[in-house]
Amino acid sequence: MSEATPKLNHHSMTRAQVVDAYFMEHRARLLDVAAFLDRIDRAGPGVDDFRMNAYRNAIALLLDGKPERTRRILEHFSDPSTTPIPAAHVKGATGAHDPIGKVH
Amino acid sequence: MYIDPHVHMVSRSTDDYVHMARAGCVAITEPAFWAGYDRSSPQGFFDYFRQLTESEPRRAAQYGIRHHTWLCINPKESEDPVFAREVIALIPEFLKKENVLGIGEIGLNKNSRNEMEILEAHLQLASDHNLLVLVHTPHLEDKLKGTLLILDAIRRFPKLDPGRVLIDHVEEHTAKHVLDQGFWCGMTLYPDTKCTPQRAVDIIETYGSERIWMNSAGDWGHSDPIAVPKAQMEMRRRGHLESLVRQVTFGNPQRFLSQSGRFSAEPLRPTAPDITR
Repeated sequence: MSEATPKLNHHSMTRAQVVDAYFMEHRARLLDVAAFLDRIDRAGPGVDDFRMNAYRNAIALLLDGKPERTRRILEHFSDPSTTPIPAAHVKGATGAHDPIGKVH
Repeated sequence: MYIDPHVHMVSRSTDDYVHMARAGCVAITEPAFWAGYDRSSPQGFFDYFRQLTESEPRRAAQYGIRHHTWLCINPKESEDPVFAREVIALIPEFLKKENVLGIGEIGLNKNSRNEMEILEAHLQLASDHNLLVLVHTPHLEDKLKGTLLILDAIRRFPKLDPGRVLIDHVEEHTAKHVLDQGFWCGMTLYPDTKCTPQRAVDIIETYGSERIWMNSAGDWGHSDPIAVPKAQMEMRRRGHLESLVRQVTFGNPQRFLSQSGRFSAEPLRPTAPDITR
C-alpha cells in the first residue's frame, strides 16, 4: 500500500498572516462557546450528560499545549470500541460517545 | 470551474442548479442515499433508481451540468438484510444506464452486524462487475470506528483496487488511515457536522493534494450546495496556487471518476425542458 502524500511544502501564510486573517472570526466563535456554557448555567441546576462531559473534557485538550488538537478532539468524541454492535436501534448520532451505551 | 462529486440533487430545488451553474459547476455525481424516511418496499427503490438515471440527468442538463449517479441501498436502510438484498437484486439492470458510475454510497451508519452484512453484499457486487465504489463513513462519534471497520471489510475483497474506491466524509482523525492504505478520500463541506471549508483546506495542507476531493453532499438537511466554490475561495484567500485549486476541485475528481469510462466534465450546452414529460 502507498503512503499518504506528504504535506504541502509551501506555507501559504505566515503565522502573523494567519492571525490577521482569522482572529476576529475565531474570537467570535470563542465567545459562542462561552455563551453556550453560560446558557447552560442559567438554565438551572442539573448534571451534565455524557455529551457535556465529553465537551468539557475536549476544552481541556485545547489548552494542553500539544499539537493536532482537531484530530485528538475528534478521537475523544469517538466510540473507542472495535467490533460491530449486535443491532442498530436508532439511525442518528449524538456527537459524543455514550460510555453507558443508552443511546444505541 | 468545478465538479461536485457528491450531491443529492433529488432533494434540492432548481434554484440550486442555477446557483451551482453560475458558480462554475460543470458536472456532479449523485450517490443513492436515505430519503429521510425508510421506503416501504423495494419498488420504492426501483422508482428512485429511475429518478437517478432518467429524470435527474435531464433536469441537470437544463443548467448545463452533467449528471452522473451511483446505486445502492444506503446503510440507514440496511438493518433488515432480507429487504436490503431485494433492493440489491434490482441494481444490475440499472448498471446498463449510461450515467451510472458504480456502487455507492455504501458503508456503515451505526456500525451494526446487519449493516456490515449488506456492505459486504455491495462490495461483492462491485467486485463481480468491476465497478468503482463510493463509501459513506458514519457520522460523528461512530465515524472513526466505522471507517476502520470499512477499510478492513474492503481488504477482504482482493479484486477491489483501493485506487478505485473513494472513502467519503473523512475528517482529521480518519484521513490518514484512508490515504495510507491507498484509497481515495472525500471531504464533505457541511455547516455543522463533517468539515468546514477552512478545515478541509487544513487537511489538504497537512496530508497533501493527491487522491483527495471536496464535495457539498448537499441534501434535504442543513447543507450548502455551493460549498465547493466556497472552499475554492478559502484556498485563494490563503494564497494557494490556482493550479492546486483546480487540482482538488476539478482534476482529482475527474481522474478518479474517469476510471468508470462513463464520466464526462466536457462543457454541456443547457438543454430546453422536455415538455413531453
